[in-house]
Amino acid sequence: MLQTSRLTKTFPNGTSLRFPDWKVGRGEQWLLLGESGSGKTTLLHMLGGLLRPASGRIVVNGADLYTLPARALDRFRGQHIGIVFQQPHLIRSMTVEENLLLAQSFAGIGKDIFRIREVLHALEMEHKRHAYPQELSQGQAQRAGIARALVNRPALLLADEPTSSLDNRNADAAIRLLSDLAASERSTLIVCTHDDRVKEAFFKDFMFELRHERISNQLEKS
Amino acid sequence: MNAFQISWKNLKANRLTLALNLLLIAFGTGMLAMLLLGMSQVGERLRNNARGVDLVAGAKGSPLQLILSSIYFIDFPTGNISEEDARSLAAHPMVKKAVPLALGDNYAGFRIVGTDTGYVSLYGLELAAGRFWTKPFEIVIGADVARAQELKTGDRIYGSHGLTSDEDLHDDHPYVITGVLKKRGSVADNLVLTSLESVWQMHGADGAREITSMLLQYRSRMAMVALPVTINRSTAMQAASPAKESARLFALIGIGVDAVRWFAVALMLLAGVSVFVSLYNSLRERVYDLAVMRVMGASRGAIFAMIVLEGTLLTALGSLAGILLGHCALHAIGYWQGSPQARMDGLVFLPQEALLLAAGLCIGLVAALLPAIQAYRTDISETMSKI
Repeated sequence: MLQTSRLTKTFPNGTSLRFPDWKVGRGEQWLLLGESGSGKTTLLHMLGGLLRPASGRIVVNGADLYTLPARALDRFRGQHIGIVFQQPHLIRSMTVEENLLLAQSFAGIGKDIFRIREVLHALEMEHKRHAYPQELSQGQAQRAGIARALVNRPALLLADEPTSSLDNRNADAAIRLLSDLAASERSTLIVCTHDDRVKEAFFKDFMFELRHERISNQLEKS
Repeated sequence: MNAFQISWKNLKANRLTLALNLLLIAFGTGMLAMLLLGMSQVGERLRNNARGVDLVAGAKGSPLQLILSSIYFIDFPTGNISEEDARSLAAHPMVKKAVPLALGDNYAGFRIVGTDTGYVSLYGLELAAGRFWTKPFEIVIGADVARAQELKTGDRIYGSHGLTSDEDLHDDHPYVITGVLKKRGSVADNLVLTSLESVWQMHGADGAREITSMLLQYRSRMAMVALPVTINRSTAMQAASPAKESARLFALIGIGVDAVRWFAVALMLLAGVSVFVSLYNSLRERVYDLAVMRVMGASRGAIFAMIVLEGTLLTALGSLAGILLGHCALHAIGYWQGSPQARMDGLVFLPQEALLLAAGLCIGLVAALLPAIQAYRTDISETMSKI
């Protein structure tokens, strides 16, 4: 499903990061751990097709991301990869529903109001579908951000510190939702975090993550 | 969701900026549209009203004044000429047609013109109702006179002395309306026509009868050179050419029109700068919006097109509003205009207005170009890792 090989990234200041090879199976849920500044976000952006690595390759769902032409990579990202950011970053000039509609049209798949309602319903956001982002609470906005990442049924769902802006209760709910929805949509989930609340939540539900965490710790050391 | 909807929502998110930019563009375009329409209508009126008249002969004085008073019925006449002089000029071999005019009275601001049937045939006037005058004190009125004063054939009216005021009423002799002219879109709509005899009898001139001026048509091209010289040298009259004086008048107005035009162009450019600044500033607030759109699958090209579309949509709407504004303003001016001789009409559309719209689009395009390039270059990863 996801495979990286010999990934490196060179930063403008000259430092260079080497990432160990990584293989993720379909439907698996991974935790990507590490201190801030350790390259978690860099790796996540590379996996999401947002950042071209200096060398190495990333294959997602059978597609070698950085050999695709720019336009095809954009489209691939829209259709197959969902990303949840630290801040929800909803488009402020549009309602929740329009934000999701926009995700459908930029990905080049047809308008599907039913799917939008379904996702919003799953996130208990249906009643807020005509609300503008500034009318939402932090937790609601983050849920809308998750809905937007999920609306196109992505094969790969990436989450970059999805809980850092949330309080305990909301953080817990967000993690549970991400995990449950990814499972029910059969999406592969990778959560990048240094939030202990997330670690604890994952530890309870997906015990096998422990092993992966160690791998990702090695990631940081390299 | 299509590109138009996205751009429009972005524009709408900043209502004040949107309103400011629309206003700036609309005012610039509106002024240009108004000038374009106004000048073309004035020019057309001037040409229409002078059609068929090669030369005007009248009392010595300013030739422009003679043209204004005898063709456009705007200014005061230069004075009077004797009927005898006029008759001998009309009999000149180089003159094909001569139409005498006697001015001096008005009815509710509409000028009463003493003339003969030559005036009717010169301008191709037709009756909407009734018949032409046959006896003294019978009159035919223009379409606008009939409409403004709610007059019909058979009504009686009193003229007053002078060209504008309704004081000094000639209440001893009423005029009888025998006919109403069809609307021509020329000065004739605003005239009260009668025979020369009516004017003379009204003013009790028995011995030396005088007229105000005479409209002349040349018999040949040669007369164009010879006749004005003959009149100016060997008679007590002067000759003025409508074409020449209209051109002079237009050149005089032109200085003012040019100033207003440059002002409007400056306003349009200012609007362009304002659109540029607005888009550029909004980019800073919207870097995340743009990056997130890229994450959602929008290509660099789509982001570029979106910003360009925003700029052009803004200026296109502004220009459209401006053109409408220009028409409304001109119509309003026409409605409240003091001199009915050259009334403006805001309901006429010109093909050149499409150029105004195109200019507006171009300004939007140019103003949006730099912000669009900036947006095109936005690095998603860099933006999103800044939180």
